[in-house]
Amino acid sequence: MCGIAGTLYFDAQRAPEQSRLERMVKAIAHRGPDGDGYHVEPGVGLGHARLSIIDLGGGAQPIHNGKRTVWITYNGEIFNYIELRQDLEARGHQFYTHSDTEVIVHMYEEFGDRFVDQLNGQFAFAIWDRPKRRLVLARDRAGILPLYYAQTRDELVFASEVKSILASGAVKAELDPNGLDELMTFWAPLAPRTMFKGVNQLAPGEMLIVENGSVKRRQYWEWSFPEAGAHRHGAQADLEQELREVLSDATRLRLRADVPVGAYLSGGLDSSTLVALLQERVPQTLRTFSIGFDDAGLDESVHQRTVVDYLRTSHNHIQCSTADIANAFPRTIHHSEMPVLRTAPAPMQMLSGLVRRSNVKVVLTGEGADEVLGGYDIFKEAKVRHFWAQQPESSWRPALLKRLYPYLNLTSAQSAAYLKEFFGVGLQNPADPCFSHLPRWATTAQCKLFWSDDFRGRVDGSAVERFRDSLPGQVRGWHRFNRGEYLEAKTLLPSYLLSAQGDRMLMASSVEGRFPFLDHRLIEFANRLHPRYKMRVLKEKHLLKQAMRDRLPAAILQRHKQPYRAPDAAAFVGDRTPEYVTELMSPQALARTGYFDPDKVTRLVAKLQRAKVPAARDNMAFVGILSTQLWHAQFVAGQKF
Amino acid sequence: MTDALREQIRGFILENYLFTDDKSALGLDDSLLERGIVDSTGMLEIIFFIEEQLGVKVKDEEMVPDNLDGVNKIAAFVAKRQAA
Repeated sequence: MCGIAGTLYFDAQRAPEQSRLERMVKAIAHRGPDGDGYHVEPGVGLGHARLSIIDLGGGAQPIHNGKRTVWITYNGEIFNYIELRQDLEARGHQFYTHSDTEVIVHMYEEFGDRFVDQLNGQFAFAIWDRPKRRLVLARDRAGILPLYYAQTRDELVFASEVKSILASGAVKAELDPNGLDELMTFWAPLAPRTMFKGVNQLAPGEMLIVENGSVKRRQYWEWSFPEAGAHRHGAQADLEQELREVLSDATRLRLRADVPVGAYLSGGLDSSTLVALLQERVPQTLRTFSIGFDDAGLDESVHQRTVVDYLRTSHNHIQCSTADIANAFPRTIHHSEMPVLRTAPAPMQMLSGLVRRSNVKVVLTGEGADEVLGGYDIFKEAKVRHFWAQQPESSWRPALLKRLYPYLNLTSAQSAAYLKEFFGVGLQNPADPCFSHLPRWATTAQCKLFWSDDFRGRVDGSAVERFRDSLPGQVRGWHRFNRGEYLEAKTLLPSYLLSAQGDRMLMASSVEGRFPFLDHRLIEFANRLHPRYKMRVLKEKHLLKQAMRDRLPAAILQRHKQPYRAPDAAAFVGDRTPEYVTELMSPQALARTGYFDPDKVTRLVAKLQRAKVPAARDNMAFVGILSTQLWHAQFVAGQKF
Repeated sequence: MTDALREQIRGFILENYLFTDDKSALGLDDSLLERGIVDSTGMLEIIFFIEEQLGVKVKDEEMVPDNLDGVNKIAAFVAKRQAA
């Protein structure tokens, strides 16, 4: 992958300064340490930081068409570029490189804006069409790669990361209060919003077209599901076969690279599935990478070892301690460019570092399988809550929730009263499109207790209301299971998992991630299926497990899904509290930034120091507050850590 | 049931869930569940407090809102058990 940056002046004669573009590219040099390139002409400047994966010798960017009238700066991979190129050559197009980048320029020339429909890949790019004086920005369907922009009176600047836009000087770093409101509800600001006031992001599957002084957004692809009752049904064996074929082809395409490719291995079903499919295609021994924790409750090493022994990969493991997390955390926030409510991205940053040190530039990961094939506990929880909403007075219906969350340790039938309070949020309105996610969002929103009164007054209304109002009308006509999948795909997946925990932690070490489960052909296949193929009663990822039953060890197939977690507040409180934590969480530092109530935060820290087992809410609030302080220190106050 | 017991319980909840010592933030009859003051692990902490600080063991069948959902309810439950 790479980094892109650029500017379009609304005054067509104004010449961009290359030195400014160079500053923008330098700010994201970690995305592309193998070289940089620029194209500057009146009105437009394009910059590029290159990580060489395909066409190592000839793929320097920006790249142009035959007449040098259409230019592109591009971050990503078009996995079907070989087939697209053959088609273009048959139509008379001539190429001067062997890269996938050049294919995009010719696709645009041949098919206009609709060309994106034919791309299979992960991408963020800017195309400059000089004859039409038209700038086209686009981001891939699932939101694997980022693309930000800011519009001022004079120009539209864009880049792969916000730090590049800040380096342009077009906007000054300032926290968007609604951004923090969304983060402390959905775990991240939702597109087009970011944490930075005045800086927007393209949504997944979106294009931005700047032409004749106007800026238009166009959604070219969307997670879509059949109307309730119009799902696809079929013989289980046929659907298993089809799933294996689509996934296997998605994996095959993602092996296209001129550098070594490895895989992340968590020890769960998804990454094990990928490794099994990869082993069938890679002639040499596959290199796999995993992370472990000292805390046995979070560690999955035993399961990773099971898969490694079964599939005989060449395995690399890194052990992550609480001190490692505390040390890595400031850099994690520098790369994520937003606060986080869990420390989970920090070990992912360490893992990508291990990959890079092992001289591997590309890793395949299982991310996306839970969204596409029905893996999350929240889908089960919503199913039980729907079942319960049909008989709200029942006490044994909500008792099914105890099967999902055994740690609740509520044994008597009378505990239904508690379940009702925890999971009964929104129970009276099961038709609400947000029904599945209301308990999670309500729990997350408890972090807002720590806001200062002044900050609270700067937030406009409710994040949930704003989001609900933005949902397309057809969502209400979908099966309730699909509505939950849609919310997951629109909120947590692109805004947090693929971003703060995905692209940013990979790119911190200049490693490219690839995501076969997010191949749009697989998404579209899965979205058409009736939900019963994904979740059988309360058993997750039913079809995937069945499709892989002959290729994976039974211990992996039968494992209860373990969410990836890392030690949270435990990494920062106690005897070894790092100096930066003491400083940033001090009443003086909290008063200076003004987001949080210093007295409440001081009491929270004291409580965590006393706690044997920190409560979930306290963990989340502590990590959220500390990372907001770190975000402010690095981006607004310009401190270095 | 003494005022001191009630204030000890209120003090614990204010300190650990509302992060303040402002008594007006929590009425004696306020529901901890309805106000979203405790979450699932939060209730376990309250039970630890009752058992370790107030010396009253809470049985499974006693983990019901009538005994635990509010300062007055907890105080009444603890006082009854201490007297028994």
